[in-house]
Amino acid sequence: MSKQLKVALIGNPNTGKTSLFNRLTGLNQKVGNYPGVTVDKKTGVSNLSKTVKAKFIDLPGAYSLNPTSLDEDIAVKVLSDTSNENYPDVVVVVADAQNLKRNLLLYTQVKDLGLPTVLAINMEDQMKTKGISIDITSLEKDLKTKIVLISTKKNTGIASLKEVLLDHKALSLEPCFRYIEGVLDKRDQGKKKQKHRETIKRYQFLTDALNKSYTVNRDKATDLRAKLDAILTHPIFGYLIFFGILFLIFQGLFYWSEAPMDFIDISFASLSEWVKSSLPQGTFTSLVAEGIIPGIGGVVIFIPQIAFLFMVLSILEETGYMSRVVFLMDRIMRRYGLSGKSVVPLVSGTACAIPAIMAARNIESWKERLITILVTPFTTCSARIPVYAIIISLVIPSQNILGGFLNLQGVTLMLLYLLGFASAIMAAAILNRMLQIKSKSYFVIEMPDYRLPLVKNVVVHIIDKTKAFVFEAGKIILAISILLWILASFGPTKEFNNAEDIIKKEYVDLNAEDLNTKIAAYKLENSYIGILGKAIEPVIKPLGYDWKIGIALITSFAAREVFVGTLATIYSVGSEEEASIKSKMQKERHARSGKPVYNLASGISLLLFYAFAMQCMSTLAIVKRETNSWKWPVVQLVFMTTIAYISAFIAFQFLK
Amino acid sequence: MLITVDELAKGERAIIKKFKAKKIPLKLIEMGCIEGSYVELVQHAPFSDPLYLNINGTYLAIRKAMAAQIQVERI
Repeated sequence: MSKQLKVALIGNPNTGKTSLFNRLTGLNQKVGNYPGVTVDKKTGVSNLSKTVKAKFIDLPGAYSLNPTSLDEDIAVKVLSDTSNENYPDVVVVVADAQNLKRNLLLYTQVKDLGLPTVLAINMEDQMKTKGISIDITSLEKDLKTKIVLISTKKNTGIASLKEVLLDHKALSLEPCFRYIEGVLDKRDQGKKKQKHRETIKRYQFLTDALNKSYTVNRDKATDLRAKLDAILTHPIFGYLIFFGILFLIFQGLFYWSEAPMDFIDISFASLSEWVKSSLPQGTFTSLVAEGIIPGIGGVVIFIPQIAFLFMVLSILEETGYMSRVVFLMDRIMRRYGLSGKSVVPLVSGTACAIPAIMAARNIESWKERLITILVTPFTTCSARIPVYAIIISLVIPSQNILGGFLNLQGVTLMLLYLLGFASAIMAAAILNRMLQIKSKSYFVIEMPDYRLPLVKNVVVHIIDKTKAFVFEAGKIILAISILLWILASFGPTKEFNNAEDIIKKEYVDLNAEDLNTKIAAYKLENSYIGILGKAIEPVIKPLGYDWKIGIALITSFAAREVFVGTLATIYSVGSEEEASIKSKMQKERHARSGKPVYNLASGISLLLFYAFAMQCMSTLAIVKRETNSWKWPVVQLVFMTTIAYISAFIAFQFLK
Repeated sequence: MLITVDELAKGERAIIKKFKAKKIPLKLIEMGCIEGSYVELVQHAPFSDPLYLNINGTYLAIRKAMAAQIQVERI
């Protein structure tokens, strides 16, 4: 077998480059990181022929090789450094047939690097309806390459592309256009004027080439864009539609995922029970049944909601609608020190703050970007959902209001989402006043064509993101569950070791079942974790929490979603019965008063605490990387957690 | 007569004549905003900011302040 061919895909954003990548590699792909930076690195393997395999590298979208963004910088590094592990044997430049001239600017720069370069012109299927015709032979001659017409939508031309790649040795290495200064000379970065002149020269070259080979019959262009934009970017309807869509997302999020979530919750409870009854009794069995299974259940339970959110976000991006929202919101957001582009992080933040903060990267002004990064964690991320869902279902009645149109629980969740956005905006306004940063403020966003999302792209996106999320969160949660179980199953004191005798002496006339419950509770209270929880109880008592919730608060500083898993583990240790997390929480009573632990006052207090507190180590790590300083994550942690404590305190004191 | 892009009416087309290269990011130039390109105002957000343009076949949005730096001549 010959060695694997390395093929880099590069192209402007919105040209279908990633669709081509998905068509070529299917699910056979890996998402990683480039060393030192957080740009997604996507690679995948595909068979070019029966004997030759190729590794495809999906480079970040770039308008040119003059790096003006981190994404473009990565592309330049991979293509210009022969020692880079991803340095390709051949490059495919993906271009959009409808806007060929601008797409070819990048092509001429890539071609200058002296690598075998193939031009793949995408959206062949659209050429007829848009009245575009291309004289391939003439263009191939001018650009000194092979051109393949493809359609990632109709899945055509892929085989021809593979053939050209197999035969890449036949491609000319000569540049098609040579400008005196080297494109990749880093010292040139400051010389904008020179870059400006060079860009104009390249455009002149392309205009001449395309005059010979490219014609558009403008009369034929049926304009879907104009029709949709007339409504979707309308000064009134545009906003109404946007808020309508947000409303649908959040209502859907709660209703459509309820059934699968209940199913998962109950399944894990029965699995735990089954393990207990079928494995021999002992430490290992209880570790599995009381530590690991409830812990994993706490992650798996919110797969439906995460998948749904990522699906919606992916569709909004793929259709081109997200850019319209950016356009509509820019002026409003600017008032709060944000950019229209902050909408993408703020909306994506409802899935997960980590990719959302990374999405802030294409905000051009540093001040707007920094504020966006700092306030994004206020938006309701999916890790808060399991906490919200379980607390809401415990303390808010499932009641239909407004004639059955809305459900009170759904409305509460909706309000929490609004609270997330509102606090992000308010925090932004405050930061905008406080931060004394002068930065050039400019704003350029492409408004791509509307198109139907490719099912394959959406599916790949959902699987990628959900998998990453579940495994990342899963690792932490599993480790914490095991640690918790150990801390809850052992204790340092005599009380812990002699729990059975002490309780039996104290309650002589109890039946065996009640006795066991009492013993388990007493043991937990005197275990390591019990001691830890009791130690912080004074601090959290004014918020309405007991020491068991205190433990969950401590563990969820690693990640919010650990809350439910922690409580599941704590309430499982020593308990014999099979029950879902929810019913266990419902039964939980204050030891002295016998009142339910989860009532309206403590419930609202918990909801507010989780709405505001900065409880995600991964987010802090990303903020550190993106701002290149510990200052900002620390500011974020202190600021958010203080607000959380104060608002939870006020809520509980008022409602109790 | 030279006017600036933000003075265009919705649907109006013009030819880019000159702009202060210092005030215009390279990104916009690379997207096709160069002397001689045509520009059309497709849509404006409330208060005419930002502006949704078609420059030489590329659809993009920029803020009013930047649009005021680009001088054009109506076709």
